[in-house]
Parts: sequence; C-alpha cells; structure tokens
Amino acid sequence: MKRFFPLIALIALVTLPFWIGNTFYINIAAQVLIYAVLALGLNVLVGYAGLVTLGHAGLFGVACYAAATLINAGHGSIIVAIGGLAATLVVTAMFAVLALRGTGLGFVMITVALGQIVWGIAYRWISLTNGDNGISINVRPHPFGLALDNAASFYWATLVVFLVALGCMAVFVASPFGAAVRGTRDQPRRMTALGYNVWLTRFFAFLFSGFWSGVAGLLYLYYNQFVSPQTVALSASAEALLMVIAGGTGTLFGPIAGAVLVVVMKDVVSAYVTRWNFVLGAIFVLIVVFMPEGLVPGSVRFWRWVTASRRPRVAATVVERESRP
Amino acid sequence: MWTILSINSVTLGGLLFLLAAGFSLIFGLMRIPNLTHGSMFMLGAYFGVTLIGWGCNFWIASLGAGLGVALFGGIVERFVLRRLVGAELAQVLVTLGLSFMVADTCLMLWGGDPISVDTPAIGVGMTHLAGVAVPTYRLIIILIAVAIAAALWGLLDKTRLGAMIRAAVDDPAMARVCGIRVSHLFTIVFSLGAGLAGFAGVIGGPILSVYPGLDQDMLPLALVVVILGGSGSLLGSLVGSFVVGFLYNFGQAMFPELAYVILFLPMLIVLVIRPRGLFGRVTL
Repeated sequence: MKRFFPLIALIALVTLPFWIGNTFYINIAAQVLIYAVLALGLNVLVGYAGLVTLGHAGLFGVACYAAATLINAGHGSIIVAIGGLAATLVVTAMFAVLALRGTGLGFVMITVALGQIVWGIAYRWISLTNGDNGISINVRPHPFGLALDNAASFYWATLVVFLVALGCMAVFVASPFGAAVRGTRDQPRRMTALGYNVWLTRFFAFLFSGFWSGVAGLLYLYYNQFVSPQTVALSASAEALLMVIAGGTGTLFGPIAGAVLVVVMKDVVSAYVTRWNFVLGAIFVLIVVFMPEGLVPGSVRFWRWVTASRRPRVAATVVERESRP
Repeated sequence: MWTILSINSVTLGGLLFLLAAGFSLIFGLMRIPNLTHGSMFMLGAYFGVTLIGWGCNFWIASLGAGLGVALFGGIVERFVLRRLVGAELAQVLVTLGLSFMVADTCLMLWGGDPISVDTPAIGVGMTHLAGVAVPTYRLIIILIAVAIAAALWGLLDKTRLGAMIRAAVDDPAMARVCGIRVSHLFTIVFSLGAGLAGFAGVIGGPILSVYPGLDQDMLPLALVVVILGGSGSLLGSLVGSFVVGFLYNFGQAMFPELAYVILFLPMLIVLVIRPRGLFGRVTL
C-alpha cells in the first residue's frame, strides 16, 4: 500500500478536475498548487539553509510586476517568462548580498526591511507600478499556444509546474549541494573548516529559492491577471512563512501540507469571518507556542504521545528524545 | 522651505527616537526583534484618541496611553515571550502574529477611517526662535524627545537599574551568576520600550494622525534606525533617528516617488561597510 501511495496521489491530482466537480474548487486547487510552489522555494531557505526570511513576498511580487509590465508592453509569453524570472533573480541576488551580511536575527530584520522597500516601490513609485491601483492584464496569456482560459486547463498547467518544482526539490535534497546547504545550517564553522565556502553556498540557496518564488509569482499573475501592493505586503511574506512553518520546516512535503492548510483555511475562514489577518496571527501564535516543529511532525509527536501513554515505559523515553530538538 | 523641512525632519527624528530607543534596548538586551513595536505605537495612538474622547487632557491621555501600552507589553512579555526564551525564530513569529492580531483588533474597534488628533492648546501657533517661525507643537515634541533621551541616558548610565541592564546586555549569563534577575529586567525593559512607543504614538497623533496601517509605516522606520545606529546603543538610536527623519522628509519633498527607497539607502550602505551599525557593539 505504502509503495503505491505516490502513484495514487498523482492519479488523484491529475484527475482532480473530474471528481471535485465545481469550478470554484478547481480554482482553489490551482491556488494551493501555486502557493505550494512558493512554499517549496521558501523552504529551501527557511528549512534547509536555516535562514528565516520575511521578504519573500517581495521576490514573488517582482516576478508579478515584471511579467505584468512586459505583457502590457505586448511581449510574447517566452519573453515574459524569461524577463520575469531574470528580474526576480537579479533582485534575489541583491537581497542575498545584503541580507547575508547578517545571520540569524539580523538576517530576518534585513529581509523585513528589504521586503518593505519592494512594497514601498510598488505603492509609491506610481509611474512604474501604478501605485495602489495595481496593474491588471486583460487576457490570461496563452503560453506556448496553450489555452488556459478554463479552470481545468489552468489547473493542469499549474500541476505540471508544481510537479517539476517538486522533482527539482527532491533532486536538490538528495544532491551534494543540498547536503552542503544543510551543513551550513547546522555547522557553519565545520563547513568552513572542511573547505566549503559557506557564504557562497547560502547565496546559491537564496538564488534557488528566489527562482521558485519567481515561478510561483508568474503563475499567480496568470491566475489573477492582476497584481497590487497587497501582493508584496509583509502579511503576504508572513503567510508564505506560515505555510512552511505550519507544515514543518526542512521536510519535502511539509510546505505542501502547509500550503493546503493556509489556502483552504483562508477560503473557509473568509467565508465566515472578515478578519483573516486576526486568524492568521492567532494561528501563528498557537503553532509557535504549542507545535513549534510544525503540524506534520507535531501531529506525529502527539500521536506517539497518545500511544505512549498506553504503553508507558519504552515509548516514553522515545518521546522524550524526540521532543528535544 | 528648507527651514520648514528641517524642522519637520527634526520633529520626526524626535518621534522616531522615542520609538527606536525602546526597540533597540529590547533587541540589545533580549535579542528579540520585536515586530510588535509598530503595533505598540499604533495601539498607544488609539488609546490616546479614546482617552481624549472621554474628555481627558491631551497630556494626561498621552501618559495614560503610554502606561496602558506598557502594561500590555508587560503582559505579552511575561506570558508569551517568556515561554520562548532562547527560541529566536519562535519569538519573531509570535511577535509577527501578535502584530497582525493587534492591527486587526484596532481596525475592528476604531474603524478604518483616519482619526485626526487636535493639537493641544499649549502647542497651537508659532514660536519665533532667532527670527524663524517654528510651530510651537513641533518644538514641544523636540523638547520632549531631548528630555526623554537625557532621562534614558541617566537611567542607563547613572542608576543601579541601568548598571544591571548594561551588565545583562553585555553578558546575560554572567549577570545571572552575579545575582541579577535578568528575567525581571526583561519585563521592565520590554514594558518601558512598549510604553515609550505608545506615548510617542499619542504625541505624534497631531502630526501623523491615526489610521490603520500606521504600525506597518512605523515598524520599518524603527528597523532602519536600529540597523543604522546599531542595536542596544542609545546614541546610535538618537543619531539614526535624526538621519532617518531628515532623509524621509527631504526625500519626500524632492523625490516623492522614491522617498521610500532613499530612506533605505543609508541602511544598505551601513550594512555593506559596517554591519554592526554606526554605534553598535554587537553584529546583528
């Protein structure tokens, strides 16, 4: 059963538009996939490199704005994709060079400030970004001749991108580069002693992470056909970070679970209360205080704790060891 | 025009100092990047508006709001942040989550429209200083900021409590061994910083007015001041505040579209050349 699980999941995902029924749910599924790509990218930095950033919405937004500007200038989809990603990578490199001057808390604070610069440009530099009104694109583009106008076809296109992203992450985690990134997170000084360039490893991890944020940004623009300063606000960065943290940092599937949780919660909660930001904040506080290692590992711990209380002695020691980081 | 801009810059610098001094002390002492600090400023402003609405005198309202926010800060420190000592990432996330909750609660309680605060009677009109007409209220803000800077310096440099705080900033473990109850200092400093921010929110009200999103406007300014001046340094906060005050006002007058970017330029330069900030003792 367990061996077939990936295959079953894949079939379920591919056939989703047929069994989920409603266009509304297909669109939500597409949103989940878009944010999952963002969360996968962010997880490279937060989870594997141990560098918590609150500026990622800025990178996501740069891709949106660059692509929207190029589309409105009448360029074709290949130029839009390349231009959007190139702009994202350039901005990511600038973010990385500046933010990597600090580590730990300094890194967080610098990324907050950098993210706010992008927000400031989006909000105030009206001749470039149209300020608070944002930029809208009139038609959903037809990249490479694919018509993406109906919900199902857009979903499938997003699914392909998502699977490619997931594949790249799996390769990244298993690769020597992935091991080096995790090494710089756990033992930067030993890595230096072993001859690794810690700064450069982190820099490339940042670029890799930024690239996937840019990809997610392009998908987001194609999906919404609109981008505004709200997209690059601090709360957007916080949402993305919540996906990674909620799912469990440094795990391959954690961010995906987090994206599902946050997007579904956001849609469900918004239907009943208008105070999404309050709920977002409350979830943050609750998760951090009660399940600091994320929902997926946290639930596993909780399950072990439940089973351990039935079989006290042996299991209890396991739990004790597990609960210490 | 230049004089007016300069006066406005110094005023904003004074307000920023009240905000950033607490932020910097909290960061220097507790290693908490307190992302609720902008919310404390906004919360203070809204408390002040309510107190004034109940018929309080402006200055009593500002002190009351400061105390209220200090109390709130103390509760947050004692019951939430205390649980997370040493877990820096968790503290960042909790303060961020709290700032969203505060912002949304304010929106719920006080509505989405900007509220203007009347200038107190003593501050209406102009004062002539060496042939220059200065709005009296701005002069008062500058004087208050200078007085508080002096008081903070006295507190940190001349009193027993200040000596304990400085010891705890330099080496918390050693301070504990010497019998200083560092966790008490944490609560005191956190409350003090929050209270100053809340107080600044009220006295800044007549200039900035009070609106949702004020927290998100002020927090980056405080971050820039601290990155620029260096964390845990009072002098750094003072210099950083005035630099940011000038850049913000002059930037907005000369390059309105790029004011925000210009604001961050010195921060970037300092980060590249001297990552610990101009007066900081520790690297971020």
